[in-house]
Amino acid sequence: MISLFAVFVAPKLVPHLAGVDLAIIVIYFLLVLGIGFYLKRFAKTGEDFFLAGREMTAWVAGLAFVSANLGSLELLGWAGNAYQYGIMAAHWYWVGAIPAMVFLGLVMMPFYYISRTHSVPGYLKLRYGSEASALSAITFAFMTILMSGVNMYAMAVVMEVVLGWNLHFSIIVSSLTVGVYVAAGGLFSAIFNEVLQFFLIWFGALLIPILGLTEAGGWSGMVARIHQNFPGQDFTHLWGPMNSASNNPMGVQWVAIVFGLGSVISMGYWTTDFLVVQRVLSAHNLRAAKLAPIIGSFFKMAVPLIVILPGLLGRAVLTEHLVPGNQAQPGQLKYDDVLPLMLARYCGPGLLGLGITALVAGFMAGMAGNVSAFATVWTYDLYRPYLRKDAPDSHYVSMGRWCTIIGLIISIGTAYLVTHSKSMMDYVQALFGFFIAPLFGTVLLGMMWKRVTRMAGFWGLLCGVGSSITMFTLMKLDHRWVGVFCLSPLAQPLAQAMWQALWACLTCVLVTVLVTTVTEPRPDQELVGLVYSLTEVPHEEHATIFHTPWFWGAVALALFVILQIIFW
Amino acid sequence: MSEKHNIIPVWFFVGVLLLVYGAMIFATGIYEVVHPPENRVVLYDLHANIWWGGLLVILGLIYSLHFWPAKERARKEGKS
Repeated sequence: MISLFAVFVAPKLVPHLAGVDLAIIVIYFLLVLGIGFYLKRFAKTGEDFFLAGREMTAWVAGLAFVSANLGSLELLGWAGNAYQYGIMAAHWYWVGAIPAMVFLGLVMMPFYYISRTHSVPGYLKLRYGSEASALSAITFAFMTILMSGVNMYAMAVVMEVVLGWNLHFSIIVSSLTVGVYVAAGGLFSAIFNEVLQFFLIWFGALLIPILGLTEAGGWSGMVARIHQNFPGQDFTHLWGPMNSASNNPMGVQWVAIVFGLGSVISMGYWTTDFLVVQRVLSAHNLRAAKLAPIIGSFFKMAVPLIVILPGLLGRAVLTEHLVPGNQAQPGQLKYDDVLPLMLARYCGPGLLGLGITALVAGFMAGMAGNVSAFATVWTYDLYRPYLRKDAPDSHYVSMGRWCTIIGLIISIGTAYLVTHSKSMMDYVQALFGFFIAPLFGTVLLGMMWKRVTRMAGFWGLLCGVGSSITMFTLMKLDHRWVGVFCLSPLAQPLAQAMWQALWACLTCVLVTVLVTTVTEPRPDQELVGLVYSLTEVPHEEHATIFHTPWFWGAVALALFVILQIIFW
Repeated sequence: MSEKHNIIPVWFFVGVLLLVYGAMIFATGIYEVVHPPENRVVLYDLHANIWWGGLLVILGLIYSLHFWPAKERARKEGKS
């Protein structure tokens, strides 16, 4: 309860908001509500409400795709992690995202798109049947509601700590606004607001690294200051300190980064988390659907500029002493406060309002994304197959609108559960490990291997999720288990999440393969359009090389490799 | 042509938002030059709100004019 208490009595990081700052915030609220009401007239059918009519261009779908993962929870959490762990936190934006986004666009998207599914559990239903689909839908619905609550609570906490706003006021205003605009326009509204949020976040946060580097004397000046302030610690190399867990503040080896983060968590999140995949499914054709995640990958590569760099600059220029969230006493500043501190340091009236609005927009987009994904999965993957099969389309749209409201009410309840975690992102990573990592094993095996059977998909997923929850619980109850699962007792929560995801995915794959060998496969004709060897992906006709997803995917991967070398 | 083809593009909303915010931030920056505040942010002398506000105004104008709803509608009708 210490951290919760600290929140209520902490001093404001921003002592005063000018009239122009408040006006900027109010204008944003009015605009998103106006857009919601405007888009309501276009969200008539189920496809409109849940998939934005499949009318989005590659650019809009791509920006919404990356923006759905650029919420304020991300910004604050990762800036805090960059302050705590240094540039190694950028692994979550590079090796932990770029290969997976390119893989989604080039390899997995055709299956999602050609099968015309509404959701990832929807794909599982087609590929495996109702058991794996229901398990995935239930766990996903649970996760999204929890995440929506996390966003809501985090926003209220930040607004209270940064501005001194009442916690309940922030929760009520944000949930009402999100409820109105998502219930009105469905995914149309969510995507429009994600694109707006994308611009707000960039223009609200980009000044911090520009002015921070100016103050610190450029990159080399910043590195010199960090070495001077924190001698003997390496905060500015990505891979160099990864040869041993004892050489870096995260307590992680490169094996966990490459195989746990890069191959499982990242692949699982970016290719099977329906919250992000839903944005790509809204693309207006297959080429746009393949290009959208690749376009998103270029922006994702640039995000460390506005998230990781401010955290590093905080190490260089801030005189305040920041401590881990779970150790903060009343009045003490936490790692996650680094971004608001840097914002208040450089941004005067007007710019401060823009920065705060960007944070508010990020939180609300996070809630909206989770709630719209929840409404889709509940309506199409739980309500329609198990509760009411043959209702008219308008009934499901109506159900989607009600789900949005009910989802928000549940989110408000779950918002107050988030009190025990070293930092906000640790909590998020724990959730990813539970559900996303095993799901990736199930979906990938289903797409790539036609022999995998119905029950193998279900049991693999169930055992993967079960093993993940078991490992998480054991490590929390007794620290000795950290040494067993993570191969080092020094592993910090982020490193623990990586190992946990890796073992959970391997458990899922192992069980799936074992069950497959003792059960009967489905006939080939039932798997056409769902499995790699039985699906003909349409060729890119009349497209120059510069318009092909393969070309831009290769460019994205080349840039990714160059970044690793530069910051090695 | 479906009704959804007539949706105002999101880029227009982006442009309007950047334009309005840019104008407000730019005007605040000018005001601060005339009436310097007592509590100043670090690097106040760079007057970031003036040039950053100006940049937002320029980008906002480009987006708003390029994606003006009537112009977009005419472009889509020309294509179909």
